[in-house]
Amino acid sequence: MIPFLILLLAAGPAAPPATDTAAPPPVQRLAAPAGVKAFDTPNDQGKSITLRWSAGDALAQAWLVERTGPEGPKVISTNAAGDIGYLDEDVKDRILYAYRIAAVAGADTVWSGPTPAVSSSPQVFNTARMNILIAMVVFFMLVVYYIETAKKGKNLFVRRIAGLDAVEEAVGRATEMGKPIIYVPGLGSVADLATIASLNILGEVAKKVAQYDSALLVPNRDPIVYTVAREMVKESYAKAGRPDAFKQDSVFFVTDQQFAFAAAVDGLMVREKPATNFFLGMFWAESLILAETGAQTGAIQIAGTDQVFQLPFFITACDYTLIGEELYAASAYLSREPLLLGSLKAQDYGKLLILVVVVVGSVLLLLSKVPAFSVFSHIAGFFNIN
Amino acid sequence: MHVSHSLLTWVAAILTIGIFSFLWKDNPFYKFCEHLFVGVSIGYGIAVTWYNGVYPDLVTPLFRQGKPLYIIPLVLGLCYFCRFIPRVSWLIRFPMAFTIGWGMGVAIPANFQTSIVKQIQGTLLTPAIFARWDVLLWAIISFVGVICTVFYFFFSREHKGALRLASQTGVVYLMVGFGASFGYTVMARMSLLIGRLQFILRDWLGVIK
Repeated sequence: MIPFLILLLAAGPAAPPATDTAAPPPVQRLAAPAGVKAFDTPNDQGKSITLRWSAGDALAQAWLVERTGPEGPKVISTNAAGDIGYLDEDVKDRILYAYRIAAVAGADTVWSGPTPAVSSSPQVFNTARMNILIAMVVFFMLVVYYIETAKKGKNLFVRRIAGLDAVEEAVGRATEMGKPIIYVPGLGSVADLATIASLNILGEVAKKVAQYDSALLVPNRDPIVYTVAREMVKESYAKAGRPDAFKQDSVFFVTDQQFAFAAAVDGLMVREKPATNFFLGMFWAESLILAETGAQTGAIQIAGTDQVFQLPFFITACDYTLIGEELYAASAYLSREPLLLGSLKAQDYGKLLILVVVVVGSVLLLLSKVPAFSVFSHIAGFFNIN
Repeated sequence: MHVSHSLLTWVAAILTIGIFSFLWKDNPFYKFCEHLFVGVSIGYGIAVTWYNGVYPDLVTPLFRQGKPLYIIPLVLGLCYFCRFIPRVSWLIRFPMAFTIGWGMGVAIPANFQTSIVKQIQGTLLTPAIFARWDVLLWAIISFVGVICTVFYFFFSREHKGALRLASQTGVVYLMVGFGASFGYTVMARMSLLIGRLQFILRDWLGVIK
């Protein structure tokens, strides 16, 4: 459908024949700017008035913007000839202001009439983000539906993810070798989705570590992530029936400075010689420093992040890499808990829905080029496409 | 050769060499630099947190300007210290729940806006793509890439048949993207290395200009 439409529309209508429009240019005088409009800037937090006008003629070399408020008239901006708009962010809410625009050419200045008085105010609802509200409502409905489905005991299929199949093997290897496992939950804060996904995986890894009676080391960069990680590991040991095996010092805070943290974890890997390293969460420039040092110590390395610029480093230096969304799917895959599986299913069908929106939206937008279907051009507004 | 006479430059240069010595192997010099780095960074971090966060955002409004609502973040913050007292350590769950809830509330709509809506905007085929042939070509490449890459991240079906073809095409797109990103980032890292080498050879030893 889409290839056909593209071919059809790419041909386009024939260009109109060129006409000879050579005529003597009319004598022009500097005219005042036309259609001056001042209005409260929509969808903002107030303290802002937007001005728009159209050029009366092509002679204007600059525009002057004058504001009249409680402090009297004042020129607040000089715009270049092509700049026919102004955002006045030096106003107070619920105070009336009037504006005039002047066209300037050399020594000539021609003022427009004043606009009706206007005031700014904040908007509670940002209508430009209606699409996000709709998407979130649909997505959360999917999440609730699939969680309820999973709770009823329906088997929800999840395809094999190679990196996650290796977790069991990696923990087993550490047990056999009598060496610890290092788990770095990234350098992000608890507000980052990748960090939250990583903490969920940490819970599952800690459970396996407790079952196998291996040693786990969790260095942290963020104090709040550290607190959450510590609680999750403690809880996992309790769930595995081995609360006594949890060591207080196994989850620890290092420093919140990026490269100092990298230096400390490098030192830890070289000295402890871990059997397995997990680097799951948010990583920045330290990703290769950590992964390369870990590779040199001979550890199995499982990494995952949604940071596109760091993924190549993990792919080159680690044995298994969870790419973006795979990281989010990991905790559901490992635990098979209905709540997480339901969320994963909802994410999947949410993605399918997005693809349907993209394909159908593209078809309708392409059709809007045909006059009979021009009504579809309004779809562009819904997606905020200019 | 004009060796620097500045004590601070000497200290910085010796510590830089100490960190670089890790390239040879782990050694006491590196251990000293690593521990100094971590210690200094924590001390610095505490000072920054106090002067840029706690003092202007909590102490000043609560105690100097008398804004009583700021007692809520103060109490939530103090709850973090409850973990040192086993009897009331459960209180730490309140600030954690608040922080995670706030984090999710902020992160989910922001991710919808930046990751999903922007991606849809960039992928949709509009009549504007017919403006030039190269725009049309890139729009189609991008459209196919997005569809196939999303299929790679579809976990609810085994990747067989048409889905396998789409997901493998998606993997090709991913790897091309990662390759480009790898080259770009390595170049940025090289510039960081050059900066450090310039410091040693120019600012410290003075062997280059």
